[in-house]
Amino acid sequence: MAMISTTLVMAGGGGFPTSPANTNVDDMESLQRGAKVFSEYCLSCHSAKFVRFNRVATDLGMSESDVMDNLNNLGVKFGSTMTAVMTKEYAKEAFGAEPPDLSLVARSRGADWLYTYLTGFYTDETKTTGHNNVIFKDVGMPNVFWKQEGIKKAVYEEHDGHQVLVGTEIVEKGSMPAEEFDTMIRDLVNFLQYIGEPNQSYRKSLGYGVLIFLAIFFGFAYAMKKDYWKDVH
Amino acid sequence: MEQKSNGLMGWIDARFPATKMWEDHLSKYYAPKNFNFWYFFGSLAIMVLVIQILSGVFLAMFYKPDTAMAFQSVEMGIMRDVEWGWLIRYFHSTGASAFFIVVYMHMFRGLIYGSYKKPRELVWIFGVLIFLALMAEGFMGYLLPWGQMSFWGAQVIINLVSAIPFVGEDLGIWVRGDFVIGDATLNRFFSLHIVAIPLILIGLIVAHIIALHEVGSNNPDGVEIKKNKDENGIPKDGIPFHPYYSVKDIVGVIVFLMFFSIVVFFMPEMFGYFLEHANFEPANPLKTPEHIAPVWYFTPYYSVLRAVPSIAGSAFPGVIAMGAAIVILFFLPWLDRNPVKSIRYRSDWYKGLVALFVITFIILGVLGTLAPTDGRTLLAQICTIYYFAFFLLMPFYTKFEKNKPVPDRVTM
Repeated sequence: MAMISTTLVMAGGGGFPTSPANTNVDDMESLQRGAKVFSEYCLSCHSAKFVRFNRVATDLGMSESDVMDNLNNLGVKFGSTMTAVMTKEYAKEAFGAEPPDLSLVARSRGADWLYTYLTGFYTDETKTTGHNNVIFKDVGMPNVFWKQEGIKKAVYEEHDGHQVLVGTEIVEKGSMPAEEFDTMIRDLVNFLQYIGEPNQSYRKSLGYGVLIFLAIFFGFAYAMKKDYWKDVH
Repeated sequence: MEQKSNGLMGWIDARFPATKMWEDHLSKYYAPKNFNFWYFFGSLAIMVLVIQILSGVFLAMFYKPDTAMAFQSVEMGIMRDVEWGWLIRYFHSTGASAFFIVVYMHMFRGLIYGSYKKPRELVWIFGVLIFLALMAEGFMGYLLPWGQMSFWGAQVIINLVSAIPFVGEDLGIWVRGDFVIGDATLNRFFSLHIVAIPLILIGLIVAHIIALHEVGSNNPDGVEIKKNKDENGIPKDGIPFHPYYSVKDIVGVIVFLMFFSIVVFFMPEMFGYFLEHANFEPANPLKTPEHIAPVWYFTPYYSVLRAVPSIAGSAFPGVIAMGAAIVILFFLPWLDRNPVKSIRYRSDWYKGLVALFVITFIILGVLGTLAPTDGRTLLAQICTIYYFAFFLLMPFYTKFEKNKPVPDRVTM
């Protein structure tokens, strides 16, 4: 599967166009799957220090035992926040930089960027991690999904005499079918988008109510204005 | 309220001018009957002020002005742990941008209908002072969430102070309270944002309204309604502000709240213009963002700053130009020599100049959000020259205008 994007949205930084993540924060099953992927692959090194386990349980319709058994790697209290398994000192030594906290990464980077980033790794022997990334050049993070996704190489096209990176291509299949892998990454991005702003679904649903109220209020206010102003010529 | 009562109101009125104030400013304040769309923005500005004060009071209960805690107190405390904190925060962040939208529309109204002309010069000057205070308020408030843009935006602006020759360095340290933007800066900006500037702002707004009610409101025809009074001394084209404009402004308020709610509930980041994406990362003095852009309401003036070339490596000329772009507004009442107030009865080419001024201002605003290139800098320079020429050449070109006949009475 050559992942060559057709969108023209330019992300900040790399200048590589992003692909739409097509996430849906109202899809509870996707969020629950994403939470598990997040805890399994991300929470080893990254934290989500503004996110509480009990809040995730409530919002995603998960039971306390489900969250404590499947998401809470460190076995901290139910009301605690998501901390990384790895210590900051160790992470800094291993990767050269402290892995960033992921609580708000979907708000600072955007869901599309995250999707493009997570599916944008390719083999680059010049790097210590053995990988590089289409949208985040020379990133220090290793490609944690290489077993599932398979080995990929960069695809270049020639534009005005320059070799331009346009996407990636699988050279050796991974343990997961491409579609299954894609769903897993979308679930993960969906979860990241949810933790970026846990209230977002409720915010929107409340918004419709507020607008309906204002529309009715407008009707009365406009009628009152008309009535008062009928003698002004 | 019409007559002096002997009851409680009579008792109060003998000791405090409650009824008198009510009548002077509302029930017997005669406003021209021909106000149009543009006249909603004055009352809307007061409405947004109330939103900002109320939401700000609650935010200050949970916010911590400490560089180690500020970001978390906003993004975890207020946005997640505090009940309804997210809504209050979005009211406040959206309200900040809404305040500038409303005030820019209000100023545009003043510009096209000549509301700055005699006898309303002081109304206009108080208004420009309000605009300045509002800019200070917005700038200081933006540091408080302690995100990347909070920090680096403040860095850029405070460095402008340091660009002033001789005293700049010391002045910069005095403003920051430190050699770098840090805890001292955050604490003083918090104090100024929630106490000092709001007090100044409210004082100026009171002065703005008192001055307005002393001379009376202008209108889209630019006709002085006080020149045509009936036998009771009431302007023939005037109607009491209350109930006529109070009921009308309620309609305006509701329509405004609909737009406001669409932003608050469906797009609080407003595509990164009201809440910048980079501000969801905590401030990091060691990591300069690739592109630092001030919030949109400062960008026209930021463009003027960047358009002026540095002299000997000093950005001071740009700082002067940016300051002058705002200060020049104070002189508008004396720059415009045309006796006709409303644009309706002024020459067609003047309408064109005003339209071009609006386009120029918008282009400067857009350019201020973008990274500079040679082409963009040139465009910003052309727009900056036009911005100043529009005002500075006014004393000359307004003399040559052929006006249309101004009616004696307002038109509906």
